[in-house]
Amino acid sequence: MESFDGQALSWELRDGAVELALHREPCNEIGSLSLDELEKFVHDLDDFQDEAHALIVYSELKSGFCAGADLRELYRRSQDLEREEAAQGVRDYLERIHRVLNTIDASPLTTIAAVHGVTFGGGFELALVCDLVVADKMARFCFPELRLGLIPGFGGIPRLKRDLGNAVVRDLLLTGRSFNATRLQQVGLVSQVVGEGESLRVARATAAQLGKFDRRTAIAAKKFIKPIPYEELQREIDLFCELFSQPAVEAGLRKFVESEDALPYLP
Amino acid sequence: MAIHKQTLDEVLDLASAHFKVPREKLTPDDDFFKTLGIDSLQALDLLTRLENHFRIELPDYELQGVSDFRTLADRIQARL
Repeated sequence: MESFDGQALSWELRDGAVELALHREPCNEIGSLSLDELEKFVHDLDDFQDEAHALIVYSELKSGFCAGADLRELYRRSQDLEREEAAQGVRDYLERIHRVLNTIDASPLTTIAAVHGVTFGGGFELALVCDLVVADKMARFCFPELRLGLIPGFGGIPRLKRDLGNAVVRDLLLTGRSFNATRLQQVGLVSQVVGEGESLRVARATAAQLGKFDRRTAIAAKKFIKPIPYEELQREIDLFCELFSQPAVEAGLRKFVESEDALPYLP
Repeated sequence: MAIHKQTLDEVLDLASAHFKVPREKLTPDDDFFKTLGIDSLQALDLLTRLENHFRIELPDYELQGVSDFRTLADRIQARL
């Protein structure tokens, strides 16, 4: 399939790059709908291997790249179920999102996240699976999970550890503070910081450059450079599920969900 | 003190220009959420603009409970 236009995502092949556009209001929160469409996307991604050399992930929404997991849906669903059922539901959800993100992480295509605005939690983790991050100078990155009594659950910790020094990882996780794009470029996570509204254009220009290289060499180089930390990813799921059963999480989620702020991006 | 006034003026100028509120309508002790009519997303946007403008890092937890321009400028001044 060369293109798809869903409720949360769209994708198309353009100049040798698969472009995955996120467009679920208010800020591309990843709930069951987005996950269904992401699974369809990674299934269809195989079909592009002969025609494409790159994948660009970006958001069509002004608010930002992605605000992470749909915490309202997570809270609502957990309230409707018995404790054990809720815990199993969370584990199933995490296993599914990990399969999607691991597939993108290991894709033979060179992957570029073109980010702007809110890039929080699961949205940050989506960017972390990409080979390169091109960030609008107004992009803001954060792992606010500890404020909810949780850790990032979409593979964020193992992938941060893969890419950054441990002190920076501790700062991001343990303070839960948000970082701007310039700071993340200084520590080596962001490849390019660009002007407002320029991240997709620059990602496309970067993808065009990558298209000049021999594909087999690029695939071999990526495989050599970027190992997937599967064992740690599984341990992260286990730890997340263990923490999810703590009373502090329910209280944190309730506070977030009941917030009167229309966009409580920092719980 | 003169440096602090300059910081405060720059904060007010930046907020006025970006959120399109006449500069003369902004005073140092205004609640910027109300005066600028901004939500938490736009407050994050303002934070990033201030960091970029002053070339500093301003952790969001330092701004918890801060809602007036003067205190905001104080927090910035402490990192210059």
